[in-house]
Amino acid sequence: MSYRILEKKVLIPGQTTLLVIDAPHVAKHAKPGNFVILRTSEKGERIPLTIADCDPQAGTVTIVFLVVGKSTAELNTFEEGMSLPDFCGPLGKPTHIEKQGTVICVGGGTGVAAMHHIAKGHAAAGNRVVAVIGARNKDLLLFCSELGNFCPEVLVATDDGSQGHKGFVTEVLKQRLEEDKDVSEVVAIGPVPMMEAVAKVTRPFGVKTTVSLNSIMVDGIGMCGACRCSVGGQTRFACVDGPEFDGHQVDFGELRLRLSQFRPQEQESMKLFQEKCQCAEGK
Amino acid sequence: MSATPEKKAPKKSAPRTEMPVQPPFVRIQNYLEVALGYGEEEARAEAARCLQCKKPLCRQGCPVEIDIKGFIGQLQKGDLPGAYKVLREYNSLPAVCGRVCPQETQCEGMCILEKNPDKTGGAVCIGRLERFVADTFAARLAEGDAACLQITGEAACRMTRDDLRVACIGAGPSSLTVAGYLAALGIKVTVFEALHEVGGVLVYGIPEFRLPKSIVRREVDAMKELGVEFKTNWVGGKAITVQELFDEGYKAVFIGVGAGLPQFMKVPGENSIGVFSANEYLTRVNLGRAYDFPNHDTPIFKADEVCVVGGGNVAMDAARTALRLGAKKVSIVYRRTKAEMPARLEELEHAIEEGVHLELLCAPLALNADENKRLTSMTVQKMKLGEPDASGRRRPEPIEGETADIPCQLVVIAVGTKPNPILLEATKGLSLNKWGYIDANPETGETSIHNVFAGGDIVTGAATVISAMGAGRKAAKEIARRLLGTEL
Repeated sequence: MSYRILEKKVLIPGQTTLLVIDAPHVAKHAKPGNFVILRTSEKGERIPLTIADCDPQAGTVTIVFLVVGKSTAELNTFEEGMSLPDFCGPLGKPTHIEKQGTVICVGGGTGVAAMHHIAKGHAAAGNRVVAVIGARNKDLLLFCSELGNFCPEVLVATDDGSQGHKGFVTEVLKQRLEEDKDVSEVVAIGPVPMMEAVAKVTRPFGVKTTVSLNSIMVDGIGMCGACRCSVGGQTRFACVDGPEFDGHQVDFGELRLRLSQFRPQEQESMKLFQEKCQCAEGK
Repeated sequence: MSATPEKKAPKKSAPRTEMPVQPPFVRIQNYLEVALGYGEEEARAEAARCLQCKKPLCRQGCPVEIDIKGFIGQLQKGDLPGAYKVLREYNSLPAVCGRVCPQETQCEGMCILEKNPDKTGGAVCIGRLERFVADTFAARLAEGDAACLQITGEAACRMTRDDLRVACIGAGPSSLTVAGYLAALGIKVTVFEALHEVGGVLVYGIPEFRLPKSIVRREVDAMKELGVEFKTNWVGGKAITVQELFDEGYKAVFIGVGAGLPQFMKVPGENSIGVFSANEYLTRVNLGRAYDFPNHDTPIFKADEVCVVGGGNVAMDAARTALRLGAKKVSIVYRRTKAEMPARLEELEHAIEEGVHLELLCAPLALNADENKRLTSMTVQKMKLGEPDASGRRRPEPIEGETADIPCQLVVIAVGTKPNPILLEATKGLSLNKWGYIDANPETGETSIHNVFAGGDIVTGAATVISAMGAGRKAAKEIARRLLGTEL
């Protein structure tokens, strides 16, 4: 069985790409917060990616990825009509969604894509969803208009001030929490420093804060413990206990170091891949 | 004695025929199979040692009740395809079992020759013969041997009943046994596997040097020939539920998802960089072929000094893998002594031959790391053996105040597993026992849900390949009885 790519959209050239994959059984069961594991070739590694959207009727799953290493660079070479050899999901516990009032969903970088699916779930449950998204500049903002479809407010922060607030999403969030005392939950998905900063901002307000951890994974089904992280002093597996945890309990320092575990090998792999690509282009 | 041999054992029997192996200093430089298998001569000599007992005891030692006397009898007649035919009647994975079964405690442990090894030379090497038959048959089949083709042809020609469908969740030894057994009876079987490759522990756990993956693939291909369908990347309980399988028309479901979740030790520093569960370490290397990085993409962590915690077969596999990945010193840290180690004797001997050190009567207290959380050493508590515990093994007790530091940059934790919750949580009405494993009828394998069966590690906790196959066989018999209405 192979998984056809029905649509490819380059969101940020050479950096961020959206793929719509034909995977009916995954789409049928996928809920906000779930992720998939895929491989790009018979020699590929298993990489986890959060689901950005899904359409059970059409049988499709949307993923958005950032090119960070060899596997994602290779994934970026796939075009519409081509098929992925392996696409496994939905994995992880879905987001806990109930009608609770106002939920602020914060997304940074590629994390906005994963946050989109969760925000959509909260909106569908009848919550008032305020989206807060950030990027270096307005051209790098993801899912801004899509979020606008179901969020009454989409607040934007850019490093250069080319759109919305000039600065970080955390500053927008903080201001919002000061103004609005009825926020029942904050969801944050993005780079580890961003999620850590969000948890720091929300702590004094005592607002429930949910983060989605992007640990290194191998099987993604609880077999190996590669993704283990410390939450409230307990070791938890991001793949089966998470990927979402209480942001006030997560040991982000440990997560950051564990994410760097294979850095030398990742660099070696990427270098070989780039040399191969250059070789192919040279011909 | 009820099991009197048909003819008296010759006064001085030939000794067990040794199987050639790669020398230790050579094999730790590669990832190829250690044991090389019998040639024709060796197999003939070993088969000739079998007394063809009137009431063979060996068969009682086999969890899948292979007609051992029968297949060795065919070998004695020089009929290799005939020997294979006998094996396949009982065992869908003969090449696997010939390699990884603990024969010394099963068939070979029961062999009449083993009663008086000094005189007889010891048990017939049943496992080695089984391997020889499976491998040689496959080789001849590949060459287009007519007699071999005829045997596989007979099996494949049977009509498959598309109205009788059975689903297996998990593609490890127990499910493969169910699939092989039912497919041979013409029942359509679909196997759902969570990983991208079929075989379960045979592909992610047991290393290439003990069980080449090509062997597993060959056995799986043989099942595909029989009409078994394999769906990889399907996680039971996530991508498909038991209820949905029945809704789709499957008549019975077999759950063989393995034990899954790794145990950690709950000592300080366990999340340091360089600390791996055995499952992660072995899955990266075996399923991910990380020994071939960067040609394969999955990376593995390398270190000069490695400690493996545990005394079972998995610990041996991890230690021997670390040696092959270039570690200068590999130590197995175990809190009891060699005598209490649960590993197969052959695995322990192979590990020691290859240069694995044993740090016995040591229990990990802490994993120490530098400021970047990279592992630097393991602190162990020295132990002594006290009174026997409930399992009959002498309980290890700490020697007050005696600790030691073992320098290491990589630790592999091989202290067992817990049940994986994914499918269990997603299946309403499935009863679990007090350890969290599935409660299954020991005779039929049926669970608390009608027509849902289970077997292997998810029922027993971590055990052997062959005991999982035994459970699969029992369940398959019951499924066949219900679907075909015949006593088998």
